[in-house]
Amino acid sequence: MAFREKARILDEEGMRRVLLRITHEILEKNKTISDLAVIGIRTRGAYLAERIIGLIEEIDKFKVPLGILDINLYRDDLTLLSAQPIIHKTEIDFDITDKKIILVDDVLFTGRTIRCALDALIDFGRPKLIQLAVLIDRGHRELPIRADYVGKNVPTSLKENINVKLKEVDGIDEVVIEERING
Amino acid sequence: MVNWTGKDLLGLEDLSKEEIELILERADSFKEISLRPIKKVPTLRGKTVVLFFFEPSTRTRTSFELAAKRLSADTVSISANTSSMVKGETLKDTVKNIEAMKVDIIVMRHSASGAPHLLAKTVEASVINAGDGCHEHPTQALLDMFTIKEKKGKISGLKISIIGDIAHSRVARSNIWGLTKLGAEVTVCGPPTLIPQGIEKFPVKVTYDIKEAIKDADVLNILRIQLERQKSNLFPSLREYALNFGIDLEKLKFAKPDVLIMHPGPINRGVEISPEVADGPYSVILEQVTNGIAVRMAVLYLVSQKSK
Repeated sequence: MAFREKARILDEEGMRRVLLRITHEILEKNKTISDLAVIGIRTRGAYLAERIIGLIEEIDKFKVPLGILDINLYRDDLTLLSAQPIIHKTEIDFDITDKKIILVDDVLFTGRTIRCALDALIDFGRPKLIQLAVLIDRGHRELPIRADYVGKNVPTSLKENINVKLKEVDGIDEVVIEERING
Repeated sequence: MVNWTGKDLLGLEDLSKEEIELILERADSFKEISLRPIKKVPTLRGKTVVLFFFEPSTRTRTSFELAAKRLSADTVSISANTSSMVKGETLKDTVKNIEAMKVDIIVMRHSASGAPHLLAKTVEASVINAGDGCHEHPTQALLDMFTIKEKKGKISGLKISIIGDIAHSRVARSNIWGLTKLGAEVTVCGPPTLIPQGIEKFPVKVTYDIKEAIKDADVLNILRIQLERQKSNLFPSLREYALNFGIDLEKLKFAKPDVLIMHPGPINRGVEISPEVADGPYSVILEQVTNGIAVRMAVLYLVSQKSK
């Protein structure tokens, strides 16, 4: 399946501002941060979570714990997938019970990834609450799930693809909408 | 990145280096699940795993059962002496009947070399070899390799000595195939009567001198002396074996300061390994057991992903 770049919706500066705003919103909504933890969904959600933690530290001089979640073992389509997913480690080395968890992912689409993540998190303990932060909300939900913090709402068609690139993995910070060509 | 394509896991001789590395990598991801307060993920929900053990086993059977359960599969245990095989049913018929109950994975231990291979050809379910005769015990070797990799950071270039009853050991054979494929240098050591004929066909060095096997080795994998073998006069007495080949503190003086002591269990204290060594600071015997679950979870997961 080939894609053609259609529009660039965030560049490096845009992404920095969006994450800063999300961080401020998190701090505003949660007031105390001693019981906060940020958990990112592999791969790009984990890096975004790390950046949000860095921004919280810049603003409030307090480092909240980071967790990394791999949701592949919780997928509802494992038997349907054509390719074998690569399973990585889940790294949550603190007790999430009674913590306020900020769950972070790059793109919110059908909501199925978040459903997996919620199931996985509940297996680690009983958090006080879970809030969802996403860089891009592209719509087309298949489950009753919504984000508490959204970087950018991007209405898309199902023919389009949102490509989030981060310096840590892709060498560049940007978000582009791509359009499927030849089919 | 390679994909897993096989229906079964029968031995390490048939696997490529990449496939072995794939299992070890997956096992690393699965290890953390056993440390959670709720030790379960829904990955194999709705799959049925049959544990078919024709030989006694505590470690391997329990380990496979826990691995399957922690992936949310349903498990059924069958042992030969309580099955209809005592009424004369053949192995093939028994397994065909079990398969008719729509099971997905059959984990099997059998005293005859090649028994799981025969089954794998007969049934559509995935077959995992949990030890066949003197042939192979792939998941044991994989967990040994996982433990070595975890402790030493690599396998390639390491010197690994396997000591004891090589002739009757499926653990030794699987370890030799797996370790050499990943680039380790393997030496086997034991009394000549316990080194198999045809050992020169394996990519290993052979020594009958225990000091030679200990010196320079990064890992000593000490095999169980199968007490029942003594009747066949392969060595004069357990005491003599312990004196010449049993690993004790005295012999360990020849070892590298960071040597790793491994044993697949069950151990005969004071025969092939002294209690001081088995419980000593170099020993990773119980960590091998812990890692066994992660490795078996990876194998169960991968064979259930077959043909993708």
